[in-house]
Amino acid sequence: MKKRKLIFLVPYLAWIALFVIMPIILITVYAFRDEHGFTLSNFSQFFTNGTFLRMTLNSFWYAFLITALTLLISYPTAYILSRMKNQQFWLLLIILPTWINLLLKAYAFIGIFGKGGLVNSFLGLFGIGPANILFTNAAFIFVAAYIELPFMILPIYNAICDVDPAVMQAASDLGANKWQAFKRVLWPLSKSGVQAGIEAVFIPSLSLFMLTRLIGGNRVITLGTAIEEYFMTTMNWSMGSTIGVVLIFLMIIVMISTSSSASRRKKREVKL
Amino acid sequence: MKKLVIAICSILVVCLGLGLAAQKLEGNSSSSGNKNLIIYNWGDYIDPKLIKKFEKQTGYHVIYETFDSNEAMYTKIKQGGTGYDIAVPSDYMISKMRKANLLEKINTKKIPNFKYIGSQFLGKSFDPKNEYSIPYFWGTLGIVYNDKYVKQGSIKHWDDLWKKNYRHNILLVDSARDIMGLSLASMGASMNTKDSLKLKMAKTKLDGLGPNVKAIISDELKMYMIQNEAAIGVTWSGEARTMLDSNSHLHYVVPPEGSNLWFDNIVIPKTAKNKKAAYAFINFMLEPHNAAQNAEYIGYATPNIKAQALLPKEIRDDKQFYPSQQAMKNLQVYQDLGPKKVQEYNDLFLEFKMYGR
Repeated sequence: MKKRKLIFLVPYLAWIALFVIMPIILITVYAFRDEHGFTLSNFSQFFTNGTFLRMTLNSFWYAFLITALTLLISYPTAYILSRMKNQQFWLLLIILPTWINLLLKAYAFIGIFGKGGLVNSFLGLFGIGPANILFTNAAFIFVAAYIELPFMILPIYNAICDVDPAVMQAASDLGANKWQAFKRVLWPLSKSGVQAGIEAVFIPSLSLFMLTRLIGGNRVITLGTAIEEYFMTTMNWSMGSTIGVVLIFLMIIVMISTSSSASRRKKREVKL
Repeated sequence: MKKLVIAICSILVVCLGLGLAAQKLEGNSSSSGNKNLIIYNWGDYIDPKLIKKFEKQTGYHVIYETFDSNEAMYTKIKQGGTGYDIAVPSDYMISKMRKANLLEKINTKKIPNFKYIGSQFLGKSFDPKNEYSIPYFWGTLGIVYNDKYVKQGSIKHWDDLWKKNYRHNILLVDSARDIMGLSLASMGASMNTKDSLKLKMAKTKLDGLGPNVKAIISDELKMYMIQNEAAIGVTWSGEARTMLDSNSHLHYVVPPEGSNLWFDNIVIPKTAKNKKAAYAFINFMLEPHNAAQNAEYIGYATPNIKAQALLPKEIRDDKQFYPSQQAMKNLQVYQDLGPKKVQEYNDLFLEFKMYGR
């Protein structure tokens, strides 16, 4: 019986080894090498260069803004969703956009935000001249948040659904007003979902590079842009890998800092 | 569960069937023996009718594959496992490929139609003796502007881009050599300079352009200019030709103080399996009528003098796309500066993208 279970594990392990572990090893090796052999110079270059540090900060800042915006929209949405009738149907509507290719959605926004686009024609009705919307920071954050939204709503929705409605009733029976019930009961109990959502949104947002080009017009520069340049334009693979390794470390830090508190919360379950 | 298995099986069967059918169709058109010619070219960079004509005339079967950047092409050919007989890299990439020993020598004596190529397009720095490459198309870097937003004739020089009234209205092509190059040219410096001080100055000057820049993009630039999204775009002549054809408000200017002159060239990679067919193809493409037909389809400038004469008058006499000998004196071909300097250009450009706004 045990042997058969191991056989089922083989494809999974092979997949992980080939497509997760091998690439990580490869870029780590590249990061510590130049044409002469082993070196740490790539890292010292990274950490002494103002441009790279600024780029790292930029990546963090934009990822933070995107995550904050999605959270702000997602939590109320997830809450309302969990109190609605045809939940499966509404859920489907939220998942639906993820079936459409990311590029296609980005191109759609180019049409919407353009000078002759939907938003500007609408503004034109009120006599507001064509505004610059495309290629602004706001447009970039908006589109990124739109794309990440389902990945935030779903875990929060699941977490809220897991909260026994009786617990909320008990809170109000015991004299808590709505805000207090939310703050003291619902929020702590659904926090694991929020943390999962933050992880699912923040980490990919750190290295978004296609949107920075298509919607941000390369006026928003993140580490993803630099990686693309080092690999594709200058073919300086060791520096590109170095940025990649730094990015992986940043992601690990984010993972640890969110998941350690999440696992503590997980035990907080109220049964009545 | 049973339904799922049936569904998956039927999909697999359909895929298998289609695959077999495709193979059979391919096999039919290319009968036995080495009658295949594999061309590796930029997307939409040849008149498809010419491929048909070539196949009919010579009996070779053409397999046409495309790439979207010199670097991608270089990596693919370098890694091997490909059998490309013909490739079309740009100038600086040719010296790079030559140094990496990826190119086959071309004997121009075996190409009778080679004589039609103008002497001013031969012996350029990337291939001084034309041993490895045959010019395919050439062009310049310049400014496209929209006369809806910009008074006609008010843009003549690179420095005009810095004017305050174009705030947030300029689209730049996402290429370090070209944008750093335009700044260098505007200061009267060489676009191939290796002088770090001059490069720094050029970058500082570019920072002043930052507020005017709306976006730094690549292929989409064409679409935006056609849709009147921005007043000014900096791009290559071939792209400009397409824009001008779709929007009559657009004009193309090559600043006289200096700009880039680029070449795309036919080469035979070391991986070639059918050199005979490659030679036949090169000769076929250099035949003046074919070259003219191709130039009319693509819109880029042909180095084939005889073909130029066959082009319609309004194309031939367009000074912006076929500049006079005098104007061409100030155009500079990019040299391969080596990885260190290329990195320096790109790093400065990245810095400009980050801070200059």
